[in-house]
Amino acid sequence: MYIRVLKEALTSILSNKMRSFLTVLGIVIGVGAVIGMLSIGAGASDSILGQIESIGTNSIYVMPGGDDEITNPKPLTLTDANALSNRIRAPHILRVTPVMMGQSSFSLGDSRIQTQVFGSYPEYTEITGLEIAEGEFITASDVDTRSSVVVIGPDLAEGLFGRTSGVVGSTVRINNFPYRVVGVAKAQGGNQFNNPDLQAYMPITTMQLRVTRQTIPDQVQYIIIQAQDSQSIDLAISEAQQVLRETHRLTPRQGNDFTLTNQEDILDIANQITNILTIFLAGIAGISLLVGGIGIMNIMLVTVTERTNEIGLRKALGARKGDIMLQFLTESALLSLIGGIFGVILGWGLAQIVGTIARNSGTPLIPVVQIEVVLLATVFSTLVGVFFGWYPARQAASLQPVDALRYE
Amino acid sequence: MIENTPAPVIKIRDLTKVFHLGGSNDVHALRGVSLDIYPGEMVAIMGPSGSGKSTLMNMIGCLDSPTSGDYYLDGLLVSNLDDDELAVVRNRKIGFIFQKYNLLARATAVENVELPLRYSDDPTNITERAIEMLQLVGLGDRLKHQPNELSGGQQQRVAIARALVNHPAIILADEPTGNLDSVSGQEVMDLLLKLNREKSTTIVLVTHDKDVAKQAQRTIRLFDGKIMEGEQR
Repeated sequence: MYIRVLKEALTSILSNKMRSFLTVLGIVIGVGAVIGMLSIGAGASDSILGQIESIGTNSIYVMPGGDDEITNPKPLTLTDANALSNRIRAPHILRVTPVMMGQSSFSLGDSRIQTQVFGSYPEYTEITGLEIAEGEFITASDVDTRSSVVVIGPDLAEGLFGRTSGVVGSTVRINNFPYRVVGVAKAQGGNQFNNPDLQAYMPITTMQLRVTRQTIPDQVQYIIIQAQDSQSIDLAISEAQQVLRETHRLTPRQGNDFTLTNQEDILDIANQITNILTIFLAGIAGISLLVGGIGIMNIMLVTVTERTNEIGLRKALGARKGDIMLQFLTESALLSLIGGIFGVILGWGLAQIVGTIARNSGTPLIPVVQIEVVLLATVFSTLVGVFFGWYPARQAASLQPVDALRYE
Repeated sequence: MIENTPAPVIKIRDLTKVFHLGGSNDVHALRGVSLDIYPGEMVAIMGPSGSGKSTLMNMIGCLDSPTSGDYYLDGLLVSNLDDDELAVVRNRKIGFIFQKYNLLARATAVENVELPLRYSDDPTNITERAIEMLQLVGLGDRLKHQPNELSGGQQQRVAIARALVNHPAIILADEPTGNLDSVSGQEVMDLLLKLNREKSTTIVLVTHDKDVAKQAQRTIRLFDGKIMEGEQR
């Protein structure tokens, strides 16, 4: 029985293709925008989380400064880093590296590149997962002797030498001091704002002496700790806290003058940010779905007026209010369901296009079209049709047969 | 006819209808109409425009409710039913034929005839029943045609098949030949007369055409909302 109602609704929709197309366009764009935004959001989230995870697993960041009440936080130093490396005091800490960051000017002949330099311990590669394509990373003896050696990213090598291989052993100038290139990092991929392939690495001691020229000689910017494994992160954090409180000579009444953040915390924050962004984008897209629904209501009201005679005839032949209601609700629901289906296709296409553009400009972004989102959008668009079709359908159902039959 | 008379299929007593057009602008379309129509009769209702002819037809067709008075259709008091109950009565007891055929433009002849069955309480074998009716009105070879592929006379015959398909107590025809030329108009009239004669179908014709009216067994003339007496043939 209901099959006939559906068939009739479809016939009616197809009998005026242009109008039906324009009517559902709002729903198509609305659903397309929702699907597109959510897919891109999910892809962006995956991409950000992937990048954060690539920083290294089981790592804990130590930043200077702690609770708000701490008036005079002690800076983090190499002494702190070395204390954390003590296996007896902190058995669950596997590796430690202090980090300094700074901008430096690299030059070779006429080429001159301003870029970011990291000063660290050799453990930096294991902790952050940095890989070396050619040569080797800085060694412990480089750190001890404050050697003038540097490891450069592949884009930096390309910029200076015009090639990414065969540059180990060459000399480049950093802030006019000569340095020997000992290694080239493997390409990681990046974007204009954050390109790890353009960065360089040197012993932290060399950096402190030559590049940052600081007032407190062994100060570092932050320390990265790697826990034994993912189960021992919490233990490693409490050990690190104990060690640092001792080296900073904090009394039991004083709060920490440093902050320990593990990767999970960073992931949580990143997750929160991407979720808020996704909800925000989907909200905007949802508004266009609402506008699409109003479009359907408008056209359904016109349809009811146009078909007043038909409604009168159906009522004369025995259609009850509910029959007419069902007929028009089916029509508006079917209309917006069709719009929803085309919207899913549009949204999918939109997400793929944005993904391709992002990849071509160097940002790894694979849009994720989630099946739940597709189902939700389809069901929701149908509900939009029912919601906005309700009033026109009621108008139709409450027409008096005498008036409707006489209507010209 | 006095003796052994069957119960009237339409029994109307003191029916009035007042339209309130706002203010003191009341229109008394029917001012106390009483009439009986018996099973198997073919009755014409005539009257000039403004006589209340259309209002009476709407009352008989259960399309509108009277202001006062009683209307029994096939023994059932219908004058105080609500909208949905009236819809059921129209579906089961009345077959409508309109001046402008009122067929669904995008539906085939069969689908048009099926329509009343779809709103009935027995929606089974509706296609077979619709085809049977189309064969009865002589359109067995036009089943899949849409209205725009049929002549006016053929369209009106589809409408007659649609009116008959639920086996109603009465057929109510509103100017059934009004849109047709005289030849196809007469064909439609012949079909109605044949149904009345051979199947004892009760037919109420609303018309202003004297030639149509005189083919009915009797004519009821309305003037100024009242029936003019002594108009039986």
